[in-house]
Amino acid sequence: MASTEWFQTDRYRAKEGLGVWEHKGKAAIAGLGNSPTTRRWDGDLSTSLGAWAILAAERALDDAGITKDEIDGVVSCPQGMGDEWGAERGYFAAPYDTEDGLSGVSAHWLVKNMGLENVKTTYHAPGCMSTALVAGAEVVGSGEAKTILVIRGTGNMPGRYHQTPGDTVGGPQQWTNPWGWQLIPQIAFGFDQYCRKYGSNHDRMAPFVLNQRRNGSMFPEGFYYQNRPDDLNLTVDDYLASRWICKPMNINDCDLPIQTAGAFLITTGERARQMKKKPVYILNHVQQRGVVRSSLETLDETEEFSLSIAKKCYEGSGLTASEVDVFNPYDGFTLFTQSFLEGFGWHGVKHGEAHDFYGDDIRVEGPHPFSSSGGNNGNGRTRWWGFYDSVQQLRGEAGARQVQIKAETAIAGAFTPQISDWLVLGTSPD
Amino acid sequence: MPKMSPVPDEVSQGFWDACNEGRLVVQSCNACSWLQHPPRPECYNCGSTDSVWREMSGRGKIHGYCTMYDSRIRALQEHQPFIIAVIELEDAPEIKMFSHLPGTPVDDNVPVGATVEVVYEDTKGSDQKVAEWKVVS
Repeated sequence: MASTEWFQTDRYRAKEGLGVWEHKGKAAIAGLGNSPTTRRWDGDLSTSLGAWAILAAERALDDAGITKDEIDGVVSCPQGMGDEWGAERGYFAAPYDTEDGLSGVSAHWLVKNMGLENVKTTYHAPGCMSTALVAGAEVVGSGEAKTILVIRGTGNMPGRYHQTPGDTVGGPQQWTNPWGWQLIPQIAFGFDQYCRKYGSNHDRMAPFVLNQRRNGSMFPEGFYYQNRPDDLNLTVDDYLASRWICKPMNINDCDLPIQTAGAFLITTGERARQMKKKPVYILNHVQQRGVVRSSLETLDETEEFSLSIAKKCYEGSGLTASEVDVFNPYDGFTLFTQSFLEGFGWHGVKHGEAHDFYGDDIRVEGPHPFSSSGGNNGNGRTRWWGFYDSVQQLRGEAGARQVQIKAETAIAGAFTPQISDWLVLGTSPD
Repeated sequence: MPKMSPVPDEVSQGFWDACNEGRLVVQSCNACSWLQHPPRPECYNCGSTDSVWREMSGRGKIHGYCTMYDSRIRALQEHQPFIIAVIELEDAPEIKMFSHLPGTPVDDNVPVGATVEVVYEDTKGSDQKVAEWKVVS
């Protein structure tokens, strides 16, 4: 197996009006695994993304209580989120003689180097673990494979990353780069628009960010818990004094790039019931790929996208907003998370009310345990902590983070309102 | 503020040529009259590939903004912090363009809603000019 195809785009559930997912409850998450975390890769092959993807996969197998012989499929998001290692730094002996295994991990790399001899199905999904997870849900739900690993390695190489050099620019960026418009200004501008529309301000984000860090202090798999626990003691004064990246976005609204790998084991509901852990059934999967009118996303478009995501999640699972117990929308920039909260209407939150809600009791012990994972902000950049936490919450295995309200259903997703993928999970397949 | 120079392509050439001539144009669909910016090979609304450049008045207003302190764009880093404003055109508010608002102080009092007028700026990497916007006093 030398290569892997992209998962077919027409199999993502991206449209409204598709009805209840025809494979609702047929697939379940039965294993979780995460490697250690570190801020940057130091060139030691024992902590490469490839090595850590294998470790995460082994941990997911252990968690499910099965051996690798049972794995018949692998879905990977093969791209990391940092820069490439680069040929100029020099590659290593096989299997590290190309970029694969260093700045990202392909499905066929894992199959070969983990010795997964019974794998017949592999797919790639672009951009995000969330995309690989929804593809994996469809692969198992449709019966194409029975027991699969869904993996992603996300790395951070030495030095500053994603810098844009040069004095000329073509392609789509000819419309944006001359002014410095990229994702960060988009999010900062969108947040400013939100505050102007609803009469709020950036200071009112502090309770949410501090609570994300607090949840991170109870997440042993996370980067800060393992490496920088002092950063979890962020105070309101610290937050408000943080340096601006793109005002009104400060450094503590941004997630920290890290090096780590994660794995989810998805199998049939029937097989999951025989495995070690309580099954967490997949009730629906959803994709959002919003098209914007211009070079930027307006607040109206952001709100339209979030409403569409929620509508699709609810429609395909048969759940209503009031039936969602655990809610882990993405926070990789904290400044767009309110759009998900309001779009889904979780705990009755309406447009313009998110910042009031943040000022209420959103602790995991309280009545509104919003984003119980702590997200990327509380654990470092992966885009999968929300899925990981949701499974742990529904198993009743979230430890100090375990929510005190009922935890029978969950929704998690990443990345932005415009581009994201979502799972609806439940302790029951129905 | 010196910017990266856009490199025109088949679809964008008419827009950038107009900037060099001191005119602001927007792509308009000949089939349904839909306006779109940036230009695309096909109309976003009806799919037609038949379009013309429609000249705009060159006036607009500040729709919103943010202030960049730590840009990825190396060509702009020495000018931080700088404003990135979103301008909506007077003739077609659904059409948005970006601006550094030359002449406007970089502080918390950027006049959202204020009227602006287009000017044309030189860029760093070529003779290509770009549309910029100044607050009308």
